[in-house]
Amino acid sequence: MDTGTVKLKRGLAQMLKGGVIMDVTNAEQAVIAEEAGAVAVMALERVPADIRAAGGVARMADPGKIKEIMEAVTIPVMAKVRIGHFAEAQILESLGVDFIDESEVLTPADEENHIDKHKFKVPFVCGARSLGEALRRIGEGAAMIRTKGEAGSGNVVEAVRHMRKVMGGIKKIQGMPEEELMSEAKRLGAPYELVRETAKLGKLPVVNFAAGGIATPADASLMMQLGADGIFVGSGIFKAEDPPERAKAIVQATTHYDDPELLAEVSKGIGKAMRGLDVRSMKPEELLQTRGV
Amino acid sequence: MLIGVLGLQGDVAEHASALQKLHADVRIVKKASQVRGLRGLIIPGGESTTIGKLMVKYGLPEAIEEHKPAIYGTCAGTILLAKEIVGSEQFSLNLLDIAVERNAYGRQRESFEADISIPALGDKPFRGVFIRAPVIKRVGKNVEVLAEHEGRPVLVKQDKYLASTFHPELTGDIRIHEYFISMCQG
Repeated sequence: MDTGTVKLKRGLAQMLKGGVIMDVTNAEQAVIAEEAGAVAVMALERVPADIRAAGGVARMADPGKIKEIMEAVTIPVMAKVRIGHFAEAQILESLGVDFIDESEVLTPADEENHIDKHKFKVPFVCGARSLGEALRRIGEGAAMIRTKGEAGSGNVVEAVRHMRKVMGGIKKIQGMPEEELMSEAKRLGAPYELVRETAKLGKLPVVNFAAGGIATPADASLMMQLGADGIFVGSGIFKAEDPPERAKAIVQATTHYDDPELLAEVSKGIGKAMRGLDVRSMKPEELLQTRGV
Repeated sequence: MLIGVLGLQGDVAEHASALQKLHADVRIVKKASQVRGLRGLIIPGGESTTIGKLMVKYGLPEAIEEHKPAIYGTCAGTILLAKEIVGSEQFSLNLLDIAVERNAYGRQRESFEADISIPALGDKPFRGVFIRAPVIKRVGKNVEVLAEHEGRPVLVKQDKYLASTFHPELTGDIRIHEYFISMCQG
């Protein structure tokens, strides 16, 4: 009997496809998310919009808080660690968290290296803005990728940019003759074997979700149509006017992303979306996406 | 032969690809109107609470009741077929006389792979991939147990309903899909 295999780690991500993973900060929000049809919840101390507003160092959540959320729901529970902070990851693994997000939303602990994720039995998800970044994270053992987008912005523009870049990168290597893949791997800064595998598959070897700025059912549909396997919604639900209704609408929009009539129906009367930020007016040091590349 | 894969959420593409290898015509089913004409339907792995809620919302239980396709459920699909879900009020189609307990092996770190013997499929063992798998706690007298792992049923059949608590669609081994297609022909 084998545990912690690559197949089991990537397999759990495959089971989440077509679903919505929601950020929650307590048991009550976790139950709302599960009731709305979330496939998993991300347990946090604060949603990204509040982390941004609070400033200071953002760290792994209180294990007591995470346990409380794990006990409140039957769906998988994810939690975030700082980039490179393998001790936080060891703590989350010991708690029995189902998935670890090595996340740029928290303040990085290591500006050079990510966690060696092969060492863990629990699967990891990591953010990426491009194909090279995605393949570096997979090389380190990530079992799932998500776009970074710009977390806590309520603005989908960066998630779109990152999804298009990953997809465009894949299309490019798919059309390349074999002998050009080594220099492309060098250019991408990505492991050659993974470049070859991705070119052959025509997609990443792991599931790829959209994250970072999704706030409406239409945003979810847009990201699914751009090729996302599923959706993370961070601040977009619990910073909106009517979280339960918005959560249900985004779940339906993710399943029926290609049905505009249904999208029109579910987008009606769900209250105001979170206000959101213009990413162009943000200073470079305010951007979370440039952490851990 | 037209076989559907319930496409509301989960590893839908993996099942569709296994069926295509067996030259079945595949329809991804998201709405009630798409159930008509199916000889069989696969309920994939995924989150049973999510899939159940979306099935109810789009009238799929009524369509399944009306057209009665053969059904194969994997993992979450097993939960959605079961007559009893231990300690839970969540939705189920109530078609297969088993009691299941969700996440009974534990959390993701307890997920495992193991070789399973399935006599009905020949001598070659089947690689069982169990991800946050449910445990079948009880089987009714009309339920045939096709495989066990450590004394617990993991592949069961009753009439035209088949269920596995593991994921053959993640292995590339298409023998269980082939077996299901033969059930759809019968």
